[in-house]
Amino acid sequence: MVNEVCLRTLDLERPWLMEQYQSRGGYQVLKQVLSEKRAPEEIIEEVKKSGLRGRGGAGFPTGLKWSFISRNAPGQKYVVCNSDEGEPGTFKDRDILRYNPHQLIEGMILAGYAIGATRGYNYIRGEFWEPYERFEQALREAREAGFLGENLLGSGFDFELHTHLGGGAYICGEETALLESIEGKKGQPRYKPPFPAHFGLYGRPTIINNTESLASIPMILEKGGEWFADIGVKNSGGSKLFSISGNIKNPGVFEIPMGTPFSELLEMAGGMKDGSKIKAVIPGGSSAPVIPGDQMMDLTMDYDSIASAGSMLGSGAVIVLDDTNCMVKILERMSYFYHEESCGQCTPCREGTGWLYRVVHRIESGMGRQEDLDLLDDVADKISGKTICALGDAAAMPVQGMLRHYRDEFQYHIDHKRCMVGAG
Amino acid sequence: MTDKLVTIEVNGQQLQAEAGTMLIEVTDAAGINIPRFCYHKKLSVAANCRMCLVEVEKVPKPLPACATPVNDGMKVFTRSPKALAAQKGTMEFLLINHPLDCPICDQGGECELQDVAIGYGRDLSRYSEGKRVVADKNIGPLIATDMTRCIHCTRCVRFGEEIAGIREMGATGRGEHMVIGTYIEKSVDSELSGNVIDLCPVGALTSKPFRFNARAWELTQVEAIAPHDSLGSNLNLHLRGNKVMRVHPKDNESINETWISDRDRFSYEGLYSSDRLTSPMLKKGGEWKTVSWEMALEMAASSLKEIGDGDQIGTLLSPTSTLEELYLAQKLMRGLGCNNIDSRLRQGDFRLDANQKSVQWLGTGLAEIDQMQAALVVGGNIRKEQPILAHRLRKAALAGAKLHYLNPIRLDLNHNGEQDVCTPSEMVGRLVAVAKAAGVRASGGAASLLKSAKTDAFAKQAADDLKAADGAMVLLGGLAQAHPDYALLYTIAAALAKTTGAQLSILPAAANSVGAQLAGAVPHLQAGGTSAEHAGLDSVKMLKTPRKGYLLMGVEPGRDFWNGSLSMSALQSADMVVAISAFRSPELEACADILLPMAIFTETSGTYVNAEGRWQQSRGAARPQGESRPAWKILRVLGNLTDQPDFDYVDSQQIHDEIKQLCASSTLDNQQAELQDLEQQLNSDALLRGGDTPLYACDALVRRATALQQTLDAGSETICLHPQEAARLGLDDSDTALVKQNGNQIDLPLQLDERIPQGCVWISTGLARTSTLGQPFGEVTVEKA
Repeated sequence: MVNEVCLRTLDLERPWLMEQYQSRGGYQVLKQVLSEKRAPEEIIEEVKKSGLRGRGGAGFPTGLKWSFISRNAPGQKYVVCNSDEGEPGTFKDRDILRYNPHQLIEGMILAGYAIGATRGYNYIRGEFWEPYERFEQALREAREAGFLGENLLGSGFDFELHTHLGGGAYICGEETALLESIEGKKGQPRYKPPFPAHFGLYGRPTIINNTESLASIPMILEKGGEWFADIGVKNSGGSKLFSISGNIKNPGVFEIPMGTPFSELLEMAGGMKDGSKIKAVIPGGSSAPVIPGDQMMDLTMDYDSIASAGSMLGSGAVIVLDDTNCMVKILERMSYFYHEESCGQCTPCREGTGWLYRVVHRIESGMGRQEDLDLLDDVADKISGKTICALGDAAAMPVQGMLRHYRDEFQYHIDHKRCMVGAG
Repeated sequence: MTDKLVTIEVNGQQLQAEAGTMLIEVTDAAGINIPRFCYHKKLSVAANCRMCLVEVEKVPKPLPACATPVNDGMKVFTRSPKALAAQKGTMEFLLINHPLDCPICDQGGECELQDVAIGYGRDLSRYSEGKRVVADKNIGPLIATDMTRCIHCTRCVRFGEEIAGIREMGATGRGEHMVIGTYIEKSVDSELSGNVIDLCPVGALTSKPFRFNARAWELTQVEAIAPHDSLGSNLNLHLRGNKVMRVHPKDNESINETWISDRDRFSYEGLYSSDRLTSPMLKKGGEWKTVSWEMALEMAASSLKEIGDGDQIGTLLSPTSTLEELYLAQKLMRGLGCNNIDSRLRQGDFRLDANQKSVQWLGTGLAEIDQMQAALVVGGNIRKEQPILAHRLRKAALAGAKLHYLNPIRLDLNHNGEQDVCTPSEMVGRLVAVAKAAGVRASGGAASLLKSAKTDAFAKQAADDLKAADGAMVLLGGLAQAHPDYALLYTIAAALAKTTGAQLSILPAAANSVGAQLAGAVPHLQAGGTSAEHAGLDSVKMLKTPRKGYLLMGVEPGRDFWNGSLSMSALQSADMVVAISAFRSPELEACADILLPMAIFTETSGTYVNAEGRWQQSRGAARPQGESRPAWKILRVLGNLTDQPDFDYVDSQQIHDEIKQLCASSTLDNQQAELQDLEQQLNSDALLRGGDTPLYACDALVRRATALQQTLDAGSETICLHPQEAARLGLDDSDTALVKQNGNQIDLPLQLDERIPQGCVWISTGLARTSTLGQPFGEVTVEKA
């Protein structure tokens, strides 16, 4: 069960082309839905059944999200795809855009049909030039084939889809900052509620889903929600794309069933590089708390298993670290990232991320003080759960995770003013 | 949101509130304090400071009270360990990069950050890194910046977007590098800009004129009424000893809400102008000599009596005077047989005076303007005439009201609205077009006016919107009142209002323009606001047919008059001019023979009747400067010295009560009968002058407020004209041009401005040099100097 859903065309030559996609049955389900005029409620029900949870990192059930929209309310509604993929370690949506853009387009049209939206936006990360061009090419093909525009395939349903290229800010991956950015404003998250389902793009009801989530829709509707759910395990339906990187032999993207043991995933990626020893794994993008390697080897890749170890599956970005890595150095780099990417809107994140970085930097530079460890924990705690969006939590969690499992390394740095491990 | 009442529990206390109300509003109303910085009751919710985090039962994370709607059964803890930890955490974050320079910060002692830090801050900082420093910006003469102190609450940003209607401040940069500023360094020019000083919870934005002048704890606060525009905004004067150090708004939801205009905030600087008149003076042989009050008053009384024929005297009173002053002035002069009394000094057309039997006013309550669904503003740049009223009109526009403007200049509107821009002489025709589109009917000469009018899209839309609205007004602004055909504009507007069911609204020019009518300080009405037994001459006729003597109160020749040059020549040629004034000016000294120093609004008690007819009393906050006296006392003694009965007042309250009694049955009423047949005075294809009175040129006090005079709204002594008009005249913007009007001429630099209609040049009135020209609307010639 590898590459069954979002990457089902990966084995083909130039799989991003319309004809290739259609050769694997692409757009069939859209045609069927439109010609049979399948009830939107039934589509939403099918998505609910699939157990699909938001693949961007938060893991919110997609079908449930769709059902929040009152689809018969008058006025414009929007489908927005979040292809901003900015979480360090994550590079899976890039491959969907590069290799299977048509499936995303089909998924967005189906989502639009389900919630009664006639317009969609795909917000693509600014640095993704090749994926952007592939997606644009796919849009042109889809438009020519009559899958976009007015009165799709004579069904009376209109759907138009636009690309919006981001400007390179991590925060614009936060759904409401992304909406602000599409509107031409400074990318800053909105306070919620109201949620986008009620007050979204241009103040209209909007669903906003991750690329992978939307690209999963055609297969779910084609083969049924149950089929999808059965690929995975309880609470974690379907398969999922994992971007695995770090000190491993073959970093890359793997679409595997939820619940696959981490050890199998590691094996697919060729195992540890040069036979080095696994030290730790950051299982769901840089904001997910670190898990020690030994513990990770016993876990499976699904929401519940990872959560049981005090971390999260997040976007499925698995960063594998071997024992040559200094955890202080790693945390310093991550803290610098969140400090740089905080939007500055709300106080704890604006002020706290810089403070975190400076303290970690101080420890890493051999100028740490004994009280710094408690200070780090305390500052992280004061950010966590107090901010408008999740960036504050994202900045706090790695700090908390590192201190939980590798406090001794930090202590060593303070005491000896150098690294415990050889590298630094 | 529903009207449903819900019960919530805050710290164990049961509270009732409408479902959906934000928690902080409910706790504020109940007197439960939750610390906050970004929340402000008049601005949108930002929820960015995170200071108001509270614990809500069954919610794992603390929630911001400003953005949490209440629902039934909600249990809130504002001071639980969890809530306090969150609040203290935020406080610590806010302080790590704050300079803590309270000893040298103007906000010290009245700083929200300082106050909240006492309750929620640590006594020692755990942050040992270098603090953020932000370069200061120069954003103009009114607001001082210390952006290092900024805590990014964005109140100033939201104020610009939501209240002032121009986005002047914004946030640039990300994270710690986020900076509040103007992006490109420029001045903040909103006429309401000073309100950001009050909004700023820290010392990032402070008052530039007040800077380093006093500490909050040295000041005493006295209430007052703003003396400039017709709203009567409520003020708090802040004094140290006898000196007004600054002015703040006092909340009054039905007038100024929590705002005041920059004019009301910064005009106090004029109080201490170096040309304050501080002792009585007499002109002898062309030389000014300081004399005793006794001598000055006796001279004034005897001089006025000596003229003998009361009709040979003209009485010109500033409409910014108090009701008591206006009343006593007219009582004194009527007692001397003089009925030539006027306070409408910037109006030029009084042909309707004879028909006007009641007091003119706004025609509606100020708060009702927010609810208007449509309005046609005729000849009014409301934003630059009466800013707080414009704010209310804007609120109506944001709520969907259809606003239409007919003006001799294109306005910079801060809301949606249709504009019809025409030359001054076309205004009558365009307004008739709206009347015609609305179906106004008339007989006689007026009928031909209607017949010749051409209705266009603007006229039709304006007429339709006025008719369709539930609550509409036709508002005659300052530019209309200064128009040579004001009477004609008025009668058309009245007929239009009558036909469409709209309210006819007159924008009273100054703080006591309505009061002056009630006090009888106009030629056609007597005290009580009823028709005068003996109507006198209006302010223009008094000057066109010069009198032997004049009594002036609070007015400056040239600057305060519809026709500046006419006022100078008439007053200079008079035998005797007695001026009660707070200031000396070269023009006044050239005209007057006796100068009697009067106290200004902060130094005298008195009443102001605002645009909506609301009586508001203000007590003197400071002792009058030097030997100056409240004008009511001066007038009272003049009454005694001219042997008039019933002039033995002991305080201003007694005068107030007397007027109140006279006004017991007076009514405010603008309604006019049918469209009247009046000849159009300004009907010319020649080059016409148009002219406004700039925001900060309207009265003697404002003209001396130094910081306001450095702003854009102080106006400039230039000739503005459309580029194509300039090309036609063979001029370009590097030229200086000679402008001639009514035999007077001055040279002024030229400025190209596409807002000016072609066939017209724009020269503001009320400025030092332009006051030597004639009326604001009339024929002029312009040539290269």
